[in-house]
Amino acid sequence: MATHYVIVGSGVAGVTAAEVLRSRAPDAQVTMISAEAAGFYSRPGLAYYLSGRVPERQLLLRSPANLRDLGVRWVQMRVNEIDVTNRRIKLADGQKIPYDRLLLATGSRAMPSDLPGSELEGVCYLDTLDDARNLVQRARRAKAAVVVGGGITALELAEGLHARGVHVHYLLRSDRYWANLLDTEESRLVEDRLRADGISIHYQTRIRQALGSRGKLEAIETEAGERIACQILAVAIGTRPQIDLARNAGIKVDRGILTDTTMVTSIPDILAAGDVAQAYNPILGQATLDTLWPTARNHGYAAAHTMLGDPQPYQRHVAMNVTLLAGIPTTIIGAVGSGSDADLVAIARGDSETWRHAHANWVVVERHDVNRIRLMLGERSISGAVVMGDQSLSHTIQRLIRTQADISPIRATLMQESHAVPKLLADFAASLEHLHGNHAPH
Amino acid sequence: MSIDRRSIFFDLTRANVLARGCVQPDAGRCVQCGICSHNCPLGLDVRAYAWRGIPITDSQCLTCGQCVARCPRGVLEFVPLRPES
Ligand SMILES: Cc1cc2nc3c(=O)[nH]c(=O)nc-3n(C[C@H](O)[C@H](O)[C@H](O)COP(=O)(O)OP(=O)(O)OC[C@H]3O[C@@H](n4cnc5c(N)ncnc54)[C@H](O)[C@@H]3O)c2cc1C
Ligand code: SF4
Ligand code: SF4
Repeated sequence: MATHYVIVGSGVAGVTAAEVLRSRAPDAQVTMISAEAAGFYSRPGLAYYLSGRVPERQLLLRSPANLRDLGVRWVQMRVNEIDVTNRRIKLADGQKIPYDRLLLATGSRAMPSDLPGSELEGVCYLDTLDDARNLVQRARRAKAAVVVGGGITALELAEGLHARGVHVHYLLRSDRYWANLLDTEESRLVEDRLRADGISIHYQTRIRQALGSRGKLEAIETEAGERIACQILAVAIGTRPQIDLARNAGIKVDRGILTDTTMVTSIPDILAAGDVAQAYNPILGQATLDTLWPTARNHGYAAAHTMLGDPQPYQRHVAMNVTLLAGIPTTIIGAVGSGSDADLVAIARGDSETWRHAHANWVVVERHDVNRIRLMLGERSISGAVVMGDQSLSHTIQRLIRTQADISPIRATLMQESHAVPKLLADFAASLEHLHGNHAPH
Repeated sequence: MSIDRRSIFFDLTRANVLARGCVQPDAGRCVQCGICSHNCPLGLDVRAYAWRGIPITDSQCLTCGQCVARCPRGVLEFVPLRPES
């Protein structure tokens, strides 16, 4: 009988795996089960939908009908249980589906707020298409919003609601934005931009409770006793991998589902991929979480190959994200920060735990207005970078970090003449390419 | 507001347009947000090319640079067409 591959989750990890399985094993049966009615859509794109840069329909990538056309059996239902012994899963409606190989690509969800008043209507998150629709609708009627949390999502919420004409108060527990990733000056650049746009930033401010009447949010009260009237309280305090299904089945979990480098969990027929997978990282010697789209895609690809019996270990590229922080194009590559951030209780969206392993010997900064390059230099190579503003060097730096290029020839000059960093790097990268006759862009 | 800021980048990108070039995506940076497709004046599905990481060789492409300039993640670049293609 044809092998039956079952995938739980229709995010980028699950869909990537389905595409690989479909093309590599045309005779196999592929079933995708997901709680998401819309099928596969761009989760990072939700922020651009909120700010009005793309219409909702542009976010939809593969509808259930598209997936069926691909030859994937689509079941829209929540999975409640995995019966490991009999190799079958149980759905919310009681239906049982047997599997030969099972991929858990259940993603992660926003950490819920535990403040008193969190159940009030108007307390929002930005996690799913429904969340984004809900925010867009509320923004039509709301005058003011309070945003709490950190990382990229908190900014996207603040800017998105602002773009929809809502006055935004951004409350920071700490005294600067994203303290465990950005340096002081980078945080200030972002905060200055937010203020210039008209967003009110409140530093060292904690919420005591959300207040409302008849179940509807009306204001928040800070620990200092101040009241801020608002119809929306948008919360982005971190994310939580959806591991319950795996844990209840006795699969080994930590913060995420633990896997080896081929995405196999503690049970050989069951794999995990994407935000939910805490994959072993041979470089760091420990299993780490990412909440990054490209990582999820690579996981899905690796998992599908393992399921096909042709394991291709997940290649851990240097974690990277390119994003707009308060409108400033920003690339974050490799290890650039350390410590913790009071505004996040768990890993943010679009984040990687590996970024917190900075132990560079030297930090070199080249700045010009809003354009800024921060390099984390090791003994021989660059271990991380934050590039803000002009992005013309971000591909070059990404390449130097990924290949661990030996920068000894320019290291001393880099440290002495920080204003010359861009030219030094560009010339150096060009000379390397010339040397290796390598013109491949990546 | 950020659209205006991006127009600066847009102008720079335009200045770099190669006479015979095409748009090349870096799939590893793309998050499939669809802003490129939404802004293509010809309605080309740039995003689908970015998913597969293949250059936009559609003869309709004007190399106008809208998609390159609007992508919030620096996924798209103009590259010269190889002589053999
Ligand atoms: C607002 C926002 C901004 C982001 N910004 C960035 C960014 O800048 N850069 C970046 O790289 N990444 C970003 N991300 C993160 C990126 O979107 C995720 O890393 C990626 O989508 C993870 O994909 P996944 O397939 O692992 O999981 P998901 O896309 O979360 O998919 C999980 C799927 O599993 C389903 N599911 C879960 N449990 C069950 C169950 N029990 N039964 C049935 N189905 C179930 C869900 O319905 C869903 O379809 C952002 C995310 C958000 C929300
Ligand atoms: S705009 Fe950029 S990130 Fe968005 S889908 Fe297009 S190429 Fe990908
Ligand atoms: S360069 Fe212009 S015409 Fe070509 S794909 Fe991009 S937006 Fe469309």
